Amino acid sequence: MIELFDVHKAFGPNKVLQGVNLTIPKGESMVIIGGSGTGKSVCLKSVLGLVTPDKGLITVDGQDAQRAERDAFLARFGMLFQGGALFDSLSIWENVAFRLLRGSLKRPKSEAREIAIEKLRRVGLKPEVADLFPSELSGGMQKRVGLARAIAAEPEIIFFDEPTTGLDPIMSGVINELIREIVVEMGATAMTITHDMSSVRAIADQVAMLHDGVIQWTGPVGDMDASGDPYLDQFIHGRADGPIESVR
Amino acid sequence: MLLSPIAAVGRSVLHILAMIGQVVIFAVQTVVHFVRPPFYLREFFQSLLSIGFFSLPVVGLTAFFTGGALALQIYSGGARFNAEAVVPQIVAIGMIRELGPVLVGLMIAARVTSSIAAEIATMKVTEQIDALVTLSTHPMKYLTAPRVMAATLVVPLLVGIGDIIGIYGGFLVGTSRLGFNTAAYLQNTADFIQATDIISSLTKGAVFGFIAALMGCYYGMNSGRGAQGVGRATKLSVVAAAVMILAANYVLTEVFFSA
Repeated sequence: MIELFDVHKAFGPNKVLQGVNLTIPKGESMVIIGGSGTGKSVCLKSVLGLVTPDKGLITVDGQDAQRAERDAFLARFGMLFQGGALFDSLSIWENVAFRLLRGSLKRPKSEAREIAIEKLRRVGLKPEVADLFPSELSGGMQKRVGLARAIAAEPEIIFFDEPTTGLDPIMSGVINELIREIVVEMGATAMTITHDMSSVRAIADQVAMLHDGVIQWTGPVGDMDASGDPYLDQFIHGRADGPIESVR
Repeated sequence: MLLSPIAAVGRSVLHILAMIGQVVIFAVQTVVHFVRPPFYLREFFQSLLSIGFFSLPVVGLTAFFTGGALALQIYSGGARFNAEAVVPQIVAIGMIRELGPVLVGLMIAARVTSSIAAEIATMKVTEQIDALVTLSTHPMKYLTAPRVMAATLVVPLLVGIGDIIGIYGGFLVGTSRLGFNTAAYLQNTADFIQATDIISSLTKGAVFGFIAALMGCYYGMNSGRGAQGVGRATKLSVVAAAVMILAANYVLTEVFFSA
């Protein structure tokens, strides 16, 4: 279970998080929605320790995320980055097996390659892709490789940062389905940030809306449409008028 | 109002001091990663290849033409006080003590520092550095330590090769254009070179290699966002490396050769 208690983070005068409280139960898929620049990525990166909160506490299964032993802590996580964040200088299979080729999870090269090819298959990519380089793949394929890398070491917790950004609607649907299948199949706890409502409906068990640095609304995805929360209503229906200020 | 120019100077001084402090801390952290496992040998050997082997053509050509030009200049300048015969000695000492290390250092700053800064800055902009962290890999250990260590070890070798090629350039010009006797030129060159000259040359190479790779990594790791951030990091890294190499050259020359 991931818990955030009164998490604050500011960048200079810009107060991004102003007291975020959120609980993600073990094995659940939580999707955080909110407009651009509301601090969704900062929230996610705070859990991983990529950003250090100014105030507040983040725990994973009761363990303080800031004080945990980094290697063991991060070994529990997999993450799909918005742009894939594949390493240009490494082949596709080396990207997928990155964690299996070094550090505490290191395995023999042939075994790591086999696992990588299996994970590539799992995300719908053929073994022939394994020896190509990231620049030789399309955006959708790079996202799949990123997904394969995120699940390569069988993590307990998987984070997805804007998984469908930049993809066409069909590829977005494919990625959403894959994410849902993998999360259910692995029994992993998932945290996704997105402003793509089709992703929310496909991936989420629980939804949280971040606005003005706090969680404005949280609840099961099924309750989202009848929440009665004006902020959430405006966001999910994409209306320009409402309590959320829009720049025109 | 009256104090505002003084305040601006103060701010600039504080900014420069803070940056020097950051670079020093970055350098110390890098050196600590040299000796603390895990070691990424593949990245180290790749860096040896890209910094060392692939820099050979530019280093060789630069040293060759500079050695040739130096011979012509010394011959022409020496003629003013009937000292044309010192060409072999001055070419040797000039190349080994000064021009070899400095030219190789500056060429490495242009070729390697810029490439390292642009590569790491692009990795930062595209979240590859964050990805490394989530994959339990320390970015400084994986990206900085292998590059800086490889440059520190391989640039002295490049300087040695540059020295030899530069002296050869001077020899070719001296014997083919200026009428020097081949055997006498070689004898004069060999007689004049001392062990201190070679040690100082290689030491300068190691220090310049360290500075060049360190600046590339430092500015890459601390780059701003977007294409502009990558461009700025690349530009600043080359400028900082070049200035620091020339400053370090003066300090090392004082250390080795001041009476």
